[in-house]
Amino acid sequence: MEDEIVDYEKYVYKQVASVQFSVISPKLIKKVATTKIVTPELYDKEGYPVDGGLMDTRLGVIDPGLKCRTCGAKLKECIGHFGYIELARPIIHIKFIDIILNIIKSTCHECGKVLIPKNKMTYYFKILETIELEQGIDTRRQKIKEIIASLKTTSKCPHCKAKQHKITLEKPTTVVEGEKRISPIEIRARLEKIPDEDCEIFGLNPLHARPEWMVLTVLPIPPVTMRPSITLESGERSEDDLTHKLGDIVRINQRLFENINAGAPEIIIEDLWDLLQYHITTYFDNNIAQVPPARHRSGQPLKTLTERIKSKDGRIRHNLAGKRTNFSARTVISPDPMIRLNEVGIPQEIAMKLTIPEKVHPWNIAYLKQFVQKGAETYPGANYIVRPDGKRKKITEETKEQFLEEVQPGYAIERHLMDGDISIFNRQPSLHRMSMMCHRIKILPYKTFRLNPAVCHPYNADFDGDEMNLHIPQTEEARAEAEVLMEVQTQLISPRYGLSVIGCVQDSISGNYILTKYFTQLTRSEAVDLLSSVGITEFSRLPNRKTVTGKDVFSCMLPEDFSFVGKSRSKEVDGSNEVVIVNGKLEKGVIDRSNLGEGSGLLLRNLHKKYGPDKTLQIINNIFRLGIKTLLKRGFSVGIGDSDLEVKGKEKVTNILKKVDMDVQKLIENYKQGELEAFPGRTILETLELKILEQLNNARNESGSIATEATEDSTGTRIMVESGARGNIINIAQMAACVGQQALRGRRIGIGYSGRTLSCFKRGDLTPTARGFVSNSFKSGMTPSEFFFGSMTGRDSLMDTALRTPKSGYLYRRLANAMQDLRVEYDGTVRDASRKIVQFSYGEDGIDVAKSEKGVINIKKIIESVM
Amino acid sequence: MVINDMAKDVDLAKHYLVPKHSVLSDTEKAKILEHYRITPKELPKIAKKDAGIAHLEVKEGDVIKIVRNSPTAGKSVFYRVVN
Ligand SMILES: [Mg+2]
Ligand SMILES: [Zn+2]
Ligand SMILES: [Zn+2]
Repeated sequence: MEDEIVDYEKYVYKQVASVQFSVISPKLIKKVATTKIVTPELYDKEGYPVDGGLMDTRLGVIDPGLKCRTCGAKLKECIGHFGYIELARPIIHIKFIDIILNIIKSTCHECGKVLIPKNKMTYYFKILETIELEQGIDTRRQKIKEIIASLKTTSKCPHCKAKQHKITLEKPTTVVEGEKRISPIEIRARLEKIPDEDCEIFGLNPLHARPEWMVLTVLPIPPVTMRPSITLESGERSEDDLTHKLGDIVRINQRLFENINAGAPEIIIEDLWDLLQYHITTYFDNNIAQVPPARHRSGQPLKTLTERIKSKDGRIRHNLAGKRTNFSARTVISPDPMIRLNEVGIPQEIAMKLTIPEKVHPWNIAYLKQFVQKGAETYPGANYIVRPDGKRKKITEETKEQFLEEVQPGYAIERHLMDGDISIFNRQPSLHRMSMMCHRIKILPYKTFRLNPAVCHPYNADFDGDEMNLHIPQTEEARAEAEVLMEVQTQLISPRYGLSVIGCVQDSISGNYILTKYFTQLTRSEAVDLLSSVGITEFSRLPNRKTVTGKDVFSCMLPEDFSFVGKSRSKEVDGSNEVVIVNGKLEKGVIDRSNLGEGSGLLLRNLHKKYGPDKTLQIINNIFRLGIKTLLKRGFSVGIGDSDLEVKGKEKVTNILKKVDMDVQKLIENYKQGELEAFPGRTILETLELKILEQLNNARNESGSIATEATEDSTGTRIMVESGARGNIINIAQMAACVGQQALRGRRIGIGYSGRTLSCFKRGDLTPTARGFVSNSFKSGMTPSEFFFGSMTGRDSLMDTALRTPKSGYLYRRLANAMQDLRVEYDGTVRDASRKIVQFSYGEDGIDVAKSEKGVINIKKIIESVM
Repeated sequence: MVINDMAKDVDLAKHYLVPKHSVLSDTEKAKILEHYRITPKELPKIAKKDAGIAHLEVKEGDVIKIVRNSPTAGKSVFYRVVN
């Protein structure tokens, strides 16, 4: 271990201590430059780059065959070199205009010092330092201005007593003092005057960023490699937007030089100067509010430096943060309960686009030739043939015969996807490792990806239009890795809670519930029918009787030496909720969601523990199909008639609602009389509201339980609720008896018109009906006002989810990013990337949840199994 | 200001939510470092002025042992180095 740490540090060659950002100085620009650009011409008559032009070969090469005159390297080897141009007159750098203005405003135009008296300097300096630390440098500069304004010395310099004038900015780059315009020459002169100590007040380190460097006197010319020209098919050259812009700059700059040297009138010089300012401004940023964007002759705006970097299509978000993959597909998903859990259905159309490269060996050459023979248009064929030197050739009708002759060991054939191939299937957001799992391919007709509804849970997918991505690993290593580490069965047990993330859902739960609870008199042939439709051909485990039970059929799914004791959520006909499996036989109990569902119960967990991932997946698969086939045999439907109440039940519900109405009436009466006593810490009105709410909720609950009692218990709706397949008791109650109170932010509905919720009620009406109590059921139908109250809460919860989802998503993302490189070391500690200890024992108890049962280790069971 | 005066009277170490902090002796410290095969720089840090160790006499480089109640493990031990 000791040695290991030393080794680890040996590879750190040099460590970055800090990064210094600064403003580039004219001196440095000239120093890094290889070429001085003096002419706007690009190429001479022969088409060679002009010396001192923007395509000068000392700036790098973009033509094959040419050599860089600076470093001697060829195309793609030379990364390019900067050049520069000398500007005839100083130009304001548009990106620094705010800072320049701020500094000019805060300093004396005579002596260049900051307009703060000497004796107060240290005091303010400290304040500024803390402000920068807390709120950033922009706030700091803002604060300097505020300080000077507060000192009331604006009109006079505290150092040399010179009179100060008001300075404003005429956007984008013209600085005006009083009525007069200050030229960039003057601005630069003033910035030069600022002493080094005073620079530091602005948060500038004068060694790295002198303020006058923000006014350009030389302009760096980027290497040609970052603005390559493209040769059109006509042989014409088309230059990059940046080259166009730089050409404008150089041309105007030369004109300005000539005019100055010729002693032209000041007006002409100023016009040219302004034009040069415009060109350099748009060179940096072509999207400045007050500046008309520079355009091509075609009228489309040029893409200059800022546009290259910024926004969605810029270098950062598009090229650096954006990721793109080959051999991937994306389409809508739809369910297929008969597909296996670790399979994914792929449209043939996609299977013919995505390919797998197979190396040709003497042993498989005949087999692979079949694919070439079929070609790219017929399935299963091959799209490309890869020669040993790596050249890929498309297989077409014409080239097919030739390739068939050519193929020999060492070649590779990129054949279409086929059943059983490895793929990686993914749904965003990928918050989980179970969001990307390896599935085997199954070619199916139509145009959607098909997946077993039971694997929806780990992907958090549904079929309301969700799309998913599919990737095809291209190397043997990648495929092996995907198979061993990512295949669905390896992901069964959640590392979050230690139970199966995959279980039966929906119909298969209802089906198994019916099978194990109600099917007591199956003829032997019915049972065999059921089993064989699931895919089981071994019937010897069925009891040797004329009639068998559903439990017997279910038992055939389980391994013969499997025993289990657990609880179910629903009750057996005799009222018990115990589930007992002895030696692979379901002796007692009903199988429902608490044993088959994802993330619940230990049945699946124990199967996994004892028989391993592959067998468990197979069992889940079979049980799933058994449930579905049971429903198919029996038939299953739901209807509004399921929630019909018996006459007695109906009466009871009406009575409850009547009674609660009267009780609430009484409460309101009491309140109006002033007889109501307030709860501690509440107003009387709040107390009334609480009491009413309590009464109404009681009424809803009571009528709910009556509704469940008074509806028939073998209807589709009840079966779904009891088994846990879908829906709950509240849903039944709302359909059969009473929808109940609609609440906004934990209260009865109270907003709307002044003093009332809707204009059809009296002002100050506190009765249940006027405050959002829906006494009707969904079946009996709601009154217009009840329906409106329902819509209010509906909209509120819609808003709530729409606003909360991105918030919690971002919260999760921050957590995941902060903890992504933590890992559990062999000594049980959790450490970060620099091996610092974060936790001394993982989870404080050192338990690997994925190997536990719901986060705990069942020691009793271990001892029993060992004894 | 009043709040600060009150804070002086409260002994944080005795509050039921504050886990027990104690200083390790040099031998104990060496044992911990040996056990995890680490140098003090791999340990989590605690500020010298941290309220949890205000009642202890500590110097830079001391290792503080903290025993916390844990929902998963009952009691969990944690070490932090003063700096
Ligand atoms: Mg969806
Ligand atoms: Zn070069
Ligand atoms: Zn002055």
